[in-house]
Amino acid sequence: MFFTYLRRELRRRRKAALVVASGLALGIALVIVVTSVSSGMERAQDKVLESLYGLGTDMTVTKARQASSGSDQNSRPRFEFDARDSDDDKEQSTDRVMVQGFQTLSAATVTKIGKQSGVADAVGGLNLQVLKVSGQFKRGEFKQNQNSGGSNRQGGPGGGGGGEPQGQVDGGGAQFDVNSFSVYGVDVAHLGLGPLTSSKISKGKTFTSAQSDAKVAVVDSSYAKEKKLAVGDDITISGTKFEIIGVATADSGSAAANVYIPLKRAQTLSDSKDKVTTVYVKAADSQRIDSVKSAIQKNVSDTTVTTSADLAKTVSGSLSTASDLASNVGKWLSIAVLAAAFLVAGLLTSSAVSRRVREFGTLKALGWKSGRVTRQVVGEALVNGLLGGALGIGLGLAGAYAVTAISPSLTAELGSSGGGMGMGGGPGGGGPGGGMGGGMGGGLRQATAKTLDVALTAPVSTATIALAVGLAVAGGLVAGGFGGWRASRLRPADALRRVE
Amino acid sequence: MYQLSGVTKRYRRGKDTVDALAGVDLTIEDGGRLVIQGPTGGGKSTLLQMLGGLDRPTSGSVELDGVDLASLSEARLTKVRSENIGFVFQSFNLIPTLTAQENVETALVPLGVKAAERRTRAAEALESVGLGERFGHLPGEMSGGQQQRVAIARALVKRPKVLLADEPTGNLDESMRDEIMTLLEGLWEEHGLTFVMVTHDSALARRAPRLATIEKGKVKITERAA
Ligand SMILES: Nc1ncnc2c1ncn2[C@@H]1O[C@H](COP(=O)(O)OP(=O)(O)O)[C@@H](O)[C@H]1O
Ligand SMILES: [Mg+2]
Repeated sequence: MFFTYLRRELRRRRKAALVVASGLALGIALVIVVTSVSSGMERAQDKVLESLYGLGTDMTVTKARQASSGSDQNSRPRFEFDARDSDDDKEQSTDRVMVQGFQTLSAATVTKIGKQSGVADAVGGLNLQVLKVSGQFKRGEFKQNQNSGGSNRQGGPGGGGGGEPQGQVDGGGAQFDVNSFSVYGVDVAHLGLGPLTSSKISKGKTFTSAQSDAKVAVVDSSYAKEKKLAVGDDITISGTKFEIIGVATADSGSAAANVYIPLKRAQTLSDSKDKVTTVYVKAADSQRIDSVKSAIQKNVSDTTVTTSADLAKTVSGSLSTASDLASNVGKWLSIAVLAAAFLVAGLLTSSAVSRRVREFGTLKALGWKSGRVTRQVVGEALVNGLLGGALGIGLGLAGAYAVTAISPSLTAELGSSGGGMGMGGGPGGGGPGGGMGGGMGGGLRQATAKTLDVALTAPVSTATIALAVGLAVAGGLVAGGFGGWRASRLRPADALRRVE
Repeated sequence: MYQLSGVTKRYRRGKDTVDALAGVDLTIEDGGRLVIQGPTGGGKSTLLQMLGGLDRPTSGSVELDGVDLASLSEARLTKVRSENIGFVFQSFNLIPTLTAQENVETALVPLGVKAAERRTRAAEALESVGLGERFGHLPGEMSGGQQQRVAIARALVKRPKVLLADEPTGNLDESMRDEIMTLLEGLWEEHGLTFVMVTHDSALARRAPRLATIEKGKVKITERAA
C-alpha cells in the first residue's frame, strides 16, 4: 500500500510535488554550477601556474633582487649598424641577447639547491630576451649645389649636410623592424622538470641529453605559426643558426618562451657561462614545501624562493576576481538559496499536510498507526526531494556544460609586484612592429608581469554529483520532517474536522 | 456490548469550556441498533467519537466488551479501531487520490492482510454495496451516493463488530438517502452488527426501535416496542 499510495499521491498531485521539487532543484543546480565553476577556476589557476613552472615544479629559486646597482652598461642595449652605399640596399640585422631580469645564479647554486633536504630534483634554466633589429640602412646622398665646388662628402645616416660645401643630403635614413622574442635555455639532461614540461611536442621531437651543446631549437607553436617556422627550418639567433627539431604546444595556450635551445648554447649566446636565471625545484613531499622553502632560503644565500602558493597570491585580473566571486558570493548565494529551498519545501509539505488533515485523521480512525501515516508523508517528501535532486542535477549539468561550452575567457595577471621571479615578458611582451620604446618597456625592464588568457571550464566531478544527491535527500528529509511532525500530531478525531 | 457510565467530554476554546458530553450513561447490546438525534452542537458526534475510540472522555468510562477504551494506550486503542470499529462519515472521507478498490483496501492495511487477499476482499465488499464495476474509479469520478457506498464497503470490509455512522446521508440528496439507508439496514441485519447512527431524518428516527436524543450533552433514551 505504501508504494501504491505514494505513487498515486505523486501522480495526482503532480503540481504540488513539482513546486517542492523545483525549489529544491534550483538550489541544487546552483550548488552544482557554483562548485564546478569554482573547480574550473582552480583548474584555470593551476594551468596559469603550470604554464610558468611546468609540471611538477613546486618552487622556483631566483637571485635575490638587489638595489639597482651595477651592470648598467648591460641593461641598455646598443645596436651598431653600418651605413651602406646608396646602391647597396642589403638588409642588415643585429641581435641583442640579454639575460632576462639581468640577475643570474651560478650553476653551483643549482647543485647546492639539489642537495638540500626535501628537494627531489632541481634544474636550472636561463631566460633570455632577444631583440632583433633588422632593416635597410642607407647612406644619405649628398648633392652639391651647382655653383659651389668641392668634393663629395658622406653625410651621416639621416644627418644633414653641414659646413662649407653647400648642398643637401637626399634619401638617407633607415627602414627597420624591431623584433623581440624570448629564448629559454633548457637543461637537456633534466627534461623532466622546468617550463618546457607544460608544453607538448606537437611536431618533430624534443631535445636529447646528447644535445647539450647542439645548435638545435624547439619553438613554441604560436610563435612558429606567427613566424611561419616549421621543423627542419633554421632560426638565427645572434649569428648562430639553430635547426628547428620540434614544435611545442603549450597546454594552457600560453608558453613560457618562444624558442627553446640547449642551456649551454643559451649561456654562450648571452655570454653568461655557467649561469642560470631560475632554478626549478621539485620537493620530495608536496606537503612539506614550506619547510623546503625555508631550508633553501637559509642555506643558499642571496636567493629568492617562490612557491606556487606565493605565485598564486600574485594572480590578479578577471580570473582572480571571478574566482573570488565564485568562492565567496557563489558559495553564500547557493547556501542561501538552498536554505530557502529547504525551508520552502518544508513549509509546503507542512501546509500540504494541513490540507490533508481529514485524510490522515481518517486513516488513523481506520486504525492506521501514527508511524505509518508519518512514514507515508516522509516518503512522499523524500521522493519529492529526489525528484528535485534529479531535476537539479539535470539543470546543474546543463548549466555547467553551458559554461564549458561558452568557456568565457578570463585573464590572469601574474606577479605584477615583481618578486624577482625572472619570468617576465612572455610572448607578446613587445610584439613585432612594436616600437623601440614598447619593446624595451614591455620586454626588457625588470617587470615580471605576465598576462594569460584562460578559458573557464566547469568540470562536474562525481563528488559534486554525490553532494547534490546528498542535498536532495537532505532536502527531502527536511521537508518530510516538517510534514511528518505535523502528521504525527494529528488525532483520529480529526477525521471529523471540518476543513475547507 | 457497550457500557458507558458518567462520560463527560469537556472542550476548551480559549477561556471558554464546552461540555460536549455532560455525564452520559448508556448501554448498547451486541447486535443492537441505536439512532441518535439532536440539535446541532448537542454532542452527537462527540458521543460517536467516544464509542469509536477516536478520542478519550474527560471523565467516565467507555467499556466495549468489558475493556475500558478511556484507559487504553494509544497503540491498543488503534488496534481496537482497526479490528472492531467501522466508521462511516458524513462527508465520505475517501482518500481522493486512491481508487475505490484501494480506498477499501486501506481498512485492511493495519490488519496486516496480504496485498492479493486485500484486493479480493475489497472487490467483494464493493460488490456487496452494488459497486461491482467501479473498482478503478477515483472518488472524484463518482456521485456522492457512490462515494458513500465505497465508504460503507471500507467500513465493513474488515468485518467489524460495530458500525458507527455520523449523518451518513447528510451530504446526499433525497433520492440517494433512502438508497443508502436501505443498504445500511440490510447490512446491519445481514452481519449482525452493533449499529449506531446519527441522523437528522426524523422519519427514520421515528421508525427506530431505540432512539437516543442528545441535547446539551445529556442523553435521553426512547424505547419503542417493535
Ligand atoms: N474539537 C473540538 N474543540 C472544541 N469544541 C468542540 C470540538 N468538537 C466539538 N466541539 C463542541 O462540542 C459541542 C458538541 O459538538 P458535536 O459533538 O460536534 O455536536 P453535534 O455533532 O451534535 O453537532 C459543540 O458545541 C462543539 O462546538
Ligand atoms: Mg456532528
